[in-house]
Amino acid sequence: MRIRTAGVVAVLGLALAASGCGDSGSDKPAADESAKATGGKLVIWADDKRTAALKPFAEEFGKENGVTVEVQAVSKDLQTNFVTASQQGSGPDVVVGAHDWIGNLVQNGAIDPVQLPAEQKSGFDETAIKAVTFNGQLYGVPYATENVALIRNTELAPEAPKTIEDLVATGKKLKAEKKASEILCLQSGQNGDAYHIYPLYTSGGGYLFGTAANGDYDPKDLGVGKPESIAAFQKIAQLGEKGEGALKRSITGENSIATFTGKKCAFLVSGPWAVADAKKAGIAYDISPVPGFAGGKEAQPFVGVQAFYVAAKGKNKALAQEFVTNYVTKPELAVALYKAEPRPPALTAAFDQVKGEDADLAKFSEAGKNGQVLPAIPAMAAIWDPFGKAEAAIIGGADPAKTITAAGKTIQGQIK
Amino acid sequence: MSAPPSGPGPAPQAPGREPVRRGLPRTSRTARQHAPITATGLVVKVVLLGLVAGIAIWAAFPLIEAEHWIGLGVLVATTAGLFYLYLSRRHIPAKYLVPGTLFLIAFQVFPVLHTASTAFTNFGDGHRGSKDDAIVAVQTSSVKQVPGSTEYNLTIATTGDPATGSLTFLLSDPKTQEVFAGDADGLRKLDAADVEVSSLSGKITAADGFTLLNIGQASSRSDAITALIVPTDEGAIRSNGLTRAYEGKAIRAYDAACDCVKDSETGKTWTADEKVGSFVAADGERLAQGWKVDVGLKNFSTVLTDPNISKPFFGTLAWNFAFAIASTGFTFLLGMAIALALHSPRMKGTNFYRVLLILPYAMPSFAMLLIWRDMFNTDFGLLNNLFGLNVDWFGGNWSARIAVVLVQLWLGYPYMFLVATGALQAIPRELTEATSVDGASPWQSFRAVTLPLLLVALSPLLIASFAFNFNNVNAILFTTEGGPFAPDNPTNGATDLLITYTYRLAFGAQGAEFGLAATVSIFIFAIVATVSAISFRRTRKQEEVYS
Repeated sequence: MRIRTAGVVAVLGLALAASGCGDSGSDKPAADESAKATGGKLVIWADDKRTAALKPFAEEFGKENGVTVEVQAVSKDLQTNFVTASQQGSGPDVVVGAHDWIGNLVQNGAIDPVQLPAEQKSGFDETAIKAVTFNGQLYGVPYATENVALIRNTELAPEAPKTIEDLVATGKKLKAEKKASEILCLQSGQNGDAYHIYPLYTSGGGYLFGTAANGDYDPKDLGVGKPESIAAFQKIAQLGEKGEGALKRSITGENSIATFTGKKCAFLVSGPWAVADAKKAGIAYDISPVPGFAGGKEAQPFVGVQAFYVAAKGKNKALAQEFVTNYVTKPELAVALYKAEPRPPALTAAFDQVKGEDADLAKFSEAGKNGQVLPAIPAMAAIWDPFGKAEAAIIGGADPAKTITAAGKTIQGQIK
Repeated sequence: MSAPPSGPGPAPQAPGREPVRRGLPRTSRTARQHAPITATGLVVKVVLLGLVAGIAIWAAFPLIEAEHWIGLGVLVATTAGLFYLYLSRRHIPAKYLVPGTLFLIAFQVFPVLHTASTAFTNFGDGHRGSKDDAIVAVQTSSVKQVPGSTEYNLTIATTGDPATGSLTFLLSDPKTQEVFAGDADGLRKLDAADVEVSSLSGKITAADGFTLLNIGQASSRSDAITALIVPTDEGAIRSNGLTRAYEGKAIRAYDAACDCVKDSETGKTWTADEKVGSFVAADGERLAQGWKVDVGLKNFSTVLTDPNISKPFFGTLAWNFAFAIASTGFTFLLGMAIALALHSPRMKGTNFYRVLLILPYAMPSFAMLLIWRDMFNTDFGLLNNLFGLNVDWFGGNWSARIAVVLVQLWLGYPYMFLVATGALQAIPRELTEATSVDGASPWQSFRAVTLPLLLVALSPLLIASFAFNFNNVNAILFTTEGGPFAPDNPTNGATDLLITYTYRLAFGAQGAEFGLAATVSIFIFAIVATVSAISFRRTRKQEEVYS
């Protein structure tokens, strides 16, 4: 019996120790970070790269205001994880992400509108503000924009092509001279890539959604499957595998940049993220807008915006609003985030500051000037997959009219 | 991922086959009579039970916080039960069975039940939370600044203790320099003589009769600040962060009387529809923010009647069976052939070959699948370049199907080779020697003796491998992504398995539809369970013949 009692005492002791461990484990970092912090705690979720850039600024914000700030990296499926976590009440106070999440985040009640005074709003790029506006409300504070452009190897192609036809002619000549093996590196893959083909689609006259009265995209007016979209894809088909051979399904997201840096193609359609690779490979390059079809409409790339959001179910909403509206709007932070990953800052003051050091930035921004804001409405989620597959099928030689009509029907069926 | 070690259920031990298990109760019965309490045993017991209690205490706090009393009751009962069981000297068999049973309930039974219950709801994006959540979301997302209203500089103050006293907003108008105090009763003007305003920030830095909160103090009372709304004629003054305030108005408000949401600008109303979990207007427009409701058998009838789902169902099902059978069959044949070759006593350097052959198994299958995908690329892929081919592997229906089965073969044969080697070594050599004495050819002895004995041992593993490959999402999503797709049908591809196909259906439209996905997975579960049940029954008959 003595042993039994001793055992029970030991078990209870260990139990307390174990549960104590659990508690101190979660409390410790907080206590270390700001021993003097009297106030609340702000939790920010971002992806890996941005977490590193944000950390020093978040810490400074914490020190200035006597609060604890934690920046947590969520490397995969940030949007889904955020929605799920905030539903369970374990989400962050602030989240950093792309603007086309807004539709889904709003329908799940995961983010709150942000109130920015007019003078602060006017400090941002107009397109960026438009991108984070949804249902007439501002839902995030933008910090960077991104869009694709035409990156060309200036050794192989010194002149920027004015039209796609020019580009194909140059590419074909290079191929005939054995200086390159591909005409154009525009990623498609077996299942297509709506994001990268979009400039050509708009140049051919196609559109995705019409515009509603309040300036938002209107999911009821679907452009895919309409005669304009068929005409656009007929032009794209001419560039495909059965036509000029400029668009190919074998060029994928994994190999298109590598093929360009391997000097196997003179033209690459890609975004600011490709520039680092081109520099590393020692390629002499220049950046110009993606050209359109001769006699066609303007080629308009998608413009995406990265933004800070205030979580609707955050534990410290007032502090989150303070951080997002008063701190994120500072040019210094935008410049630091630019240095972590070179995308054009959305804050005009920050953009002007880095423009001088980085000529590529202005060129990308120029290429995106006529761009279209990537639709943030939930209906956009229904576009990507069928649109991309139709694109791939047409590049492979399928009948544009039949294919794109079927894609339009599928998308229509999925939009509620 | 063709080899099933991580899949549910394919535990390498065939149930009831090891002699050890039959002997177990006997040894434990003797242990009960004679077992002395050893120091090691006591320490292990104390540590493990201590951990159990520790985990229970750790889990109890969130449950209490969320007022989840049923969960707390289950937790207390389970912990008490565990303590009773392991501190008493009785119930020896239960001591062995309970841990496994608990894990079975937590990791198998509970997820299955959860999936089944989700199938009867509309749970998914836009329908995740409760109706109250949706109402709050609708109202807060409609708050707009009153046009032409003032943007105030805000200082948070209290008349009592900074941590607990009731809050007041001290507001200064940057244009007119007027100062106000606002709380839930409304806004009142303060005498400019009683306050100090910073010329730099425009904020109030001191006020008679108020204790001012700094940002740190204020941020620890965030909820109260967000909740404090100062009513005005036009709307209400709300905080925007901790240093600014604005006059805003919720354009949309919920009215419990009509169970609807009204828009004060346009006059439009959306009435709650409990059947779909949305606010629906007369013209059919829905508010984006909905809530989770039970939809009964709607998801099941969608699966059975929606032509998008039911039309390609049987074609996909046939290919799904073909894929699972081919993946399992070819890997088994190749694995067994190599195992037989290396089992031959005339073979030299078998260990070296075994190490080489096991290599594909040792590599992460995710990475291997991606590498294989790139090797099948028409223009840049290794296969076409190496053999001078120009096959559009993933572009043609049959070439894509052959490609995915080839990848599965490469990934999966080492597993079959391993288990076949093990099973072969358990077959006594005397048996095959006896057949050769009787004048049987090697083929005859293989057919009549080796193969049946191998199959007795390996059938359960083959069934497990089949069940795993039947739902092998990675094998498809990382290679063809279900393609190629017919130009007129972007929803269903030639290499789609049921699981990849439904993945696209459930998550491809406007966000995730977990309810529908759960329903389809119940259908798939039923198919796999039926196939496995039939196979196990046949295996048992076979065992009776040969053992």
